[in-house]
Amino acid sequence: MIIHSIFFYIFSIIAVFSAIMVTVSRNTVHSVFFLILDFISISCLFIMIGAEFIGMIMLIVYVGAVAVLFLFVVMMFNVSQQNNEQLREKKNLNHIPIGLLISTVIFFELIIVAGGWKYKPELLKSFSSIGIDSNTTNTHEIGNVLYTDYIHVFQLSGMILLVAMIGAIVLTFRKREGIKRQSYFKQISRERNEAVELVDVEKNKGVNVDA
Amino acid sequence: MLDIGLGHYLTLGAIIFTIGIIGIFLNRKNIIVILMSIELILLAVNINLVSFSIYLNDITGQIFTLFILTVAAAEAAIGLAIIVIYYRNSGTIRVQEINKLKG
Repeated sequence: MIIHSIFFYIFSIIAVFSAIMVTVSRNTVHSVFFLILDFISISCLFIMIGAEFIGMIMLIVYVGAVAVLFLFVVMMFNVSQQNNEQLREKKNLNHIPIGLLISTVIFFELIIVAGGWKYKPELLKSFSSIGIDSNTTNTHEIGNVLYTDYIHVFQLSGMILLVAMIGAIVLTFRKREGIKRQSYFKQISRERNEAVELVDVEKNKGVNVDA
Repeated sequence: MLDIGLGHYLTLGAIIFTIGIIGIFLNRKNIIVILMSIELILLAVNINLVSFSIYLNDITGQIFTLFILTVAAAEAAIGLAIIVIYYRNSGTIRVQEINKLKG
């Protein structure tokens, strides 16, 4: 039990620290790396608590796909230049106290909700509709429920992914103007007299290329 | 303190949720950090769902965590695509300079 609590505190401190670093770090690439650290420590917590499948899927989906996508997009933009611009102007800071106030209120509301569970323990027993069978594995349990009771929601989430994929492709697709593309017809039909010009060069004059 | 229960996980979820909201409010850099803060908020919701699922002995929470994961991946893809085309059109993704809608 004490090992469990030690690991819980280690992983949660890493998670909270990296979440703070995601928001306050100046370099956006560092933010993405701290986001990856956050996902990894939270998925360690999930594996520790007994939800192994969700933890592994979080590693695959978040770290393997989403965070790498963020990293690609961040590296496409000129982030360092934007950071320099941001360092130069330090005005208009009046949004910070309001933001901190609203965040504190939200935090204490969430804490009150979490504490409410502690003082009404009979609520904990009355909800359980689909119990967890300790004889089978976590993945087996999820598969049993996901493909029977939630099959329509499962297919709907597949549709969401399809729509997201098509939307991302359609949004970012463009036909560029003024880009040099290979044209086989032009290459093959190129003649000698339009490609090479013979010039008589006078002594000490050189060739005027622009003419 | 040493006996880890449901309240500890809910508190961790609340802390990460609040950090995500602070990240949205206080951000003056670029809009990608706002998307990362939204990911943090979804992560906090996932923590709550999984810990309730384990401590209430009900598998449904983990099922819905999978669906939230799906929606989060789709949202990240669409949001980043919108950011890419915005950057292509206007040349900036800083939060202060995004004012085309005059909001």
